[in-house]
Amino acid sequence: MNVIDVTNLTKSFGSFTAVDHISFNVGEGELFGFLGANGAGKTTAMRMLCGLSAPTSGEARVAGFDVYKETEKIKQHIGYMSQKFSLYGDLKVWENIRLYGGIYGLSGKKLKEKTDELLHVLDLEGERNTLVDSLPLGWKQKLAFSVAIIHDPRIVFLDEPTGGVDPVTRRQFWELIYQAAERGITVFVTTHYMDEAEYCNRVSIMVDGKIEALDSPAALKASFNTDNMNDVFHALARKAKRGE
Amino acid sequence: MTYSMLWHVKQKEESKSMKQFVSFVRKEFYHIFRDMRTMMILLGIPVILIIIFGYAITTEIRSVPVAVLDQSRTDITRKLVDRISASEYFNLYKMVDNMEEAQQLFRRNKVRLVIVFPVDFATSNDASIQLLADATDPNEATQITAYMSQLIMDNGNFSIANGTSDSRFSVSGSRLVPVVHLLYNPLMKGAYNFVPGVMGLILILICSMMTSVGIVKEKEMGTMEVLLVSPMKPAYIVIAKAIPYLLLSMVNIVTILVIAYFLLDVPIAGSLTLLVFISILYAFVALCLGLLVSTMADTQKSAMLVCVMVLMLPVILLSGMVFPIENMPVVLQWLSNIVPAKWYIIAVKDVMIKGLGIGSVLPEIAILTVMVAFLMLLSVKRFKIRL
Repeated sequence: MNVIDVTNLTKSFGSFTAVDHISFNVGEGELFGFLGANGAGKTTAMRMLCGLSAPTSGEARVAGFDVYKETEKIKQHIGYMSQKFSLYGDLKVWENIRLYGGIYGLSGKKLKEKTDELLHVLDLEGERNTLVDSLPLGWKQKLAFSVAIIHDPRIVFLDEPTGGVDPVTRRQFWELIYQAAERGITVFVTTHYMDEAEYCNRVSIMVDGKIEALDSPAALKASFNTDNMNDVFHALARKAKRGE
Repeated sequence: MTYSMLWHVKQKEESKSMKQFVSFVRKEFYHIFRDMRTMMILLGIPVILIIIFGYAITTEIRSVPVAVLDQSRTDITRKLVDRISASEYFNLYKMVDNMEEAQQLFRRNKVRLVIVFPVDFATSNDASIQLLADATDPNEATQITAYMSQLIMDNGNFSIANGTSDSRFSVSGSRLVPVVHLLYNPLMKGAYNFVPGVMGLILILICSMMTSVGIVKEKEMGTMEVLLVSPMKPAYIVIAKAIPYLLLSMVNIVTILVIAYFLLDVPIAGSLTLLVFISILYAFVALCLGLLVSTMADTQKSAMLVCVMVLMLPVILLSGMVFPIENMPVVLQWLSNIVPAKWYIIAVKDVMIKGLGIGSVLPEIAILTVMVAFLMLLSVKRFKIRL
């Protein structure tokens, strides 16, 4: 069953077509990589799927809801973590958890259970009362991810979640992503790192607003006669006419 | 589904969004309380402003040093001099023996007024007193001589001839003495004017500036995006942000009123409820302005700059707080009409100083209400487009 269904989705700003008739679908529990150079239209496409901006034309359903009419329902079933850091630095760890839990309608006993579980999994029990600002970046990011899925959404959108993090922490972060996928949460992730693309079940590569390739990393590598995703990406991205 | 079930679902939805809202308001309070420095500044600003306006840049006449040249040397003049030096407005600096000495005191900046009693002061029917004022500051010279004339007239029936050491200022005394009664503020206290002004300024500062900076900060940090992807309604985000600042500004209004009432002896002649009502209405105008600024600015710095230049300066310059609007060029007078603070200050003066009821401030209330409606529409529209 597909949790994201996209057909000919298009977004234009005046004469500029940021996203040009893209079509794809993402299955339940899938780890889907959404790749593309800067300015290829990734963020615009993602914003439409999250219900932040209305498409110009085409169709898309997220978690079974229409992106034109049912954005409020979509918002209840998705999680989101942006490349910018999405927690509040002047709030304590547990206060951040309570805030986002509260925003997603968790309260009382359920919120408390969730909080304890989350802190336990992240091994942050000792940091419950620490201000988020004083945590190391890697911890913040792991916390941000866990908070983004605190309400057990059907899909979580990750917009370049590992920017500026060292390889070891990135590896740990991806373990969290795997765990989420195992729990049945569909992961939709954009990234710049080609080694991360290898972790995905399937990747799509966007060039100039269009999806130029979409397959599993292994299949993509085979069709481009190479042994790494980097070559695949560069072979496709080289065709780009749009500047940054 | 039966009606009662529907009702139940609706109730549940409402309590859920209420919980959302509460957890968000709580977060806003944390932001403010955690940033102690900013909070202390916000709470201290009204006190500092009142002190600055009340004591530093005062336009009141107080303890002006005067010299007296008494050529008649009689009991009457001696008594008059005693009265003058006993008043809070003037201090007797020195009794001088001749004009030359008086001039010297002027030049050395020791006195700002010299009183000359002529030799025939006590004997003549047509006695006159000469007042010499330093008119390098013409406004002050006018005020000082007016105060002195009043004081002397209160203490004896003499006619007075005015004159100054500066040739620009020379008015002959007239037998026609106007009897002036100053209404509402008989002592011409500056506090009666600047207290409402400071209230207008503080509300703009906190409600507009802090709210817009708060919203723009979320944009800058990227948290706004996360909030917009969440099921939280954008209107809730904005209202939740405004609530703590609204409360804070009300604390400040109370602080100002307490200081004004107990330290500066400014009366609260009218209804306190009405005063608070007008203040809240004006705070809403300020909040809408802040919201509008937040839709235009992308960084905290630019939000702050816009607030200072576009919102706070007009409050100081065009609201009548410092410079009387009646004396401005017509264009500026016209422009002052769109400064919300002008109407707020007029209303506050009417209620607080003159003790007028709601009937007389209805026009101001109407204008502020229209401003709220207009700004709210404009900023909500822009907020949606931008985010």
